[in-house]
Amino acid sequence: MIRSALITLALGLVQLALVLILSPLLLGIVSRVKAMAAGRVGPPLLQLYYDLAKLARKDAVFSRSTTWVFLVGPLAAVAIPASAALLVPMGSGRGPLGFTGDLILFAYLFAMARFLTVLSALDTGSSFEGMGAAREVAYSALAEPALFLGLAALASFSGSLSLGPLLTAAGQGWGVASGPLILVLAGWALVFLVENCRIPFDDPNTHLELTMIHEVMVLDHSGPPLGLVLYGASMKFMVLGTLLVKVCLPTSGNPWIDWPAFLLGLGALAVGVGLVESVMARLRLNRVPQLLVVAVLSCAFAFLMLLLQPVSK
Amino acid sequence: MKRQPAHLANGEARSLSAIPNLEFSAFQKTILHELANGARLACLCADRTGAGYAVLAEEAKQRFGVLRTQFPEKEFTSLTPQCPQAHLFEREIAEQWGLLPVDHPWLKPVRFHPAWTGRDVWEREAIQPGVMDFYRVEGETIHEVAVGPVHAGVIEPGHFRFQCHGETVFHLEIALGFQHRGIERALEGGPHKLTLKMMETAAGDTTIGHAWAHALVMEALAGSEVPARAHHHRAIALELERLANHTGDLGALAGDVGFLPTAAFCGRLRGDWLNLTALLCGSRLGRDLVRPGGVGFDLDATQIEELRLRLEAAFTDTANAVELLLATPSVLARFEGTGKIERFAAEDAGLVGPAARACGLPRDARTHFPVGFYQDLKLPMVLDHDGDVAARARIRWAEIQASVQFIRQALEGLAELPTGPTLVPCGPLAPNHLALGVVEGWRGELVHMAITDSEGRLGRYKVVDPSFHNWTGLALAMRGQEISDFPLCNKSFNLSYCGFDL
Repeated sequence: MIRSALITLALGLVQLALVLILSPLLLGIVSRVKAMAAGRVGPPLLQLYYDLAKLARKDAVFSRSTTWVFLVGPLAAVAIPASAALLVPMGSGRGPLGFTGDLILFAYLFAMARFLTVLSALDTGSSFEGMGAAREVAYSALAEPALFLGLAALASFSGSLSLGPLLTAAGQGWGVASGPLILVLAGWALVFLVENCRIPFDDPNTHLELTMIHEVMVLDHSGPPLGLVLYGASMKFMVLGTLLVKVCLPTSGNPWIDWPAFLLGLGALAVGVGLVESVMARLRLNRVPQLLVVAVLSCAFAFLMLLLQPVSK
Repeated sequence: MKRQPAHLANGEARSLSAIPNLEFSAFQKTILHELANGARLACLCADRTGAGYAVLAEEAKQRFGVLRTQFPEKEFTSLTPQCPQAHLFEREIAEQWGLLPVDHPWLKPVRFHPAWTGRDVWEREAIQPGVMDFYRVEGETIHEVAVGPVHAGVIEPGHFRFQCHGETVFHLEIALGFQHRGIERALEGGPHKLTLKMMETAAGDTTIGHAWAHALVMEALAGSEVPARAHHHRAIALELERLANHTGDLGALAGDVGFLPTAAFCGRLRGDWLNLTALLCGSRLGRDLVRPGGVGFDLDATQIEELRLRLEAAFTDTANAVELLLATPSVLARFEGTGKIERFAAEDAGLVGPAARACGLPRDARTHFPVGFYQDLKLPMVLDHDGDVAARARIRWAEIQASVQFIRQALEGLAELPTGPTLVPCGPLAPNHLALGVVEGWRGELVHMAITDSEGRLGRYKVVDPSFHNWTGLALAMRGQEISDFPLCNKSFNLSYCGFDL
């Protein structure tokens, strides 16, 4: 009993430390890949770490029209992905704090982060931020069903309602259920891109406030709170990326193989995101819902296939 | 009573007494009559004595019609309700001279400066840029978004106000004037030592265009001839300016839709094109090249060869970057149907340049009012018909190709010309004359008009940058569009703030 509690504690600390330390590197890989594809040298891989260190040393400026609510967004942006990191399996087969039904908590932790970010944006009273909040809420309403239908498909496949066994079973299931898994992966890849504000949904590098979705909501942050927002975004990238990587990777049970494989998988995901951003333009804003509906349908069909033709493991 | 206007060619001066001086209502009637017969209002202005001047561009007949009049004392009947092209010109007259255009439907300040006569038609006490009555759409579900004058990017100041219903823009109102420097007023009594510098920086990215239009006016007033080599140099420099800006703008369009490869390459390639201009005169922006009477620099045979080689290299790279842009489906999905202007609206608003040609309006001063080397070597005029961002992008690309071909031939011609002077300084200006210089800059038609006083100094000097016409086009293009497409629409026009503000 004590032994298993200690293992859980150790595993939790390892995952938390990895997310805290490695996540900015992933965004560094994305921008390096984009730069190389465009024929530029690009910023150093560790640029986001430098930026965070710089922002931590700065003072923050607060608009007179804001209240304490304004600070809740950045705090939630960091605290929530860190908490969610304890529910997903990374190199091992289970999430450190996983329990039956934790997938609901996982999904709604991110919904709560979004809710708090939106509140913090509305707190500024700026018409831009209100516009961004409206867009963010509208698109997440479409991304959420895709996430849940994908989870439902995998739950019916694995027979488990906990993210650890569910994702591990998916990783092992390519031999028997490759069709539904491809559909779930495709739907979730779109959800991953929209949740992380990447092209084709949003452009994290644009300075054009009228075209932004997520970025416009955090325009008024500066100094350490802005650092928290950026740091939180990178953690979100890593934690949500874990879902995609785990669905793709079988688990061997040997941590000396599983952990390096997982980390390489995350690196490959970052390279993939960089390549997508290098070869296509952003969608027109009113086309975003259409692509998200495709994500919902893709996950829904995976669910239907598994319901109608249960796979015996 | 209608009268014939005086017909001037581009770069021609005419004694004021040879230009019909009409009674004011006849002046307006004649303008309307000429417009109904296919002319276009290229310039309408007044001067210190209350005299009014109108320049009508007649593309089909390749000439300009010029009229003058005397404005009534304090107010006059507005022409705008019958002729929307005049709306900004009349607002400008109201602001500069305190003459009230009665029944003007949209009478607002243009540049937010005190009237030159001290008589303000709005009776403002303190004049602050951007402070005026903005158009408002009422209703609970309408929201207003105000952008600028300070922007998130490093760009010039301008204030944009959107009346939105959700993501849809009902109306965009643009307030400029933040960079008003008083160029036209500073030119009175000239030419001064700084006159050429002021013209070069009227819109800094159109240095060659404005300097050339100014040189045309001065040469016409002085009656001087420009050496043949200078004609070649000017045309090459103007096309290089077009190449640099069109390439930069296509890159910026790619950047706005998040399409990295073209955005990154065109940023560098714009520098390559600018460096070719530097080869001509040592300045990447073409400063000091065009001067009244000719050009300040000449190329020798080895420099011509180097220019030719670097032209081909830059063109190959530009072709790769732009063809990729225009062949990528995700890019076309953003460009097509965005910011569409109907042909009739473009005609009513009096758009010029690539923005007008993208709507199918054949308006190109190089074709219709050729001067210098453009008289010897014709450039094909490029037209498109969709009037959207995609059409404006395609026009830019087609013009890049045409310009490169033109420069190739101009360089061959230059190599064959005997060496000789490139600059014959202008003599004194003819007194009591009116001169017109029109150049097709990369953004469109640049009109310079000068009227000399009895001692041969510049009296009224009027500059019309293409941005003066085309900002209205941008507002029209945004009607019914998504507000998130504004930056893309804006970039497809890429208008000048300082060229408008003067």
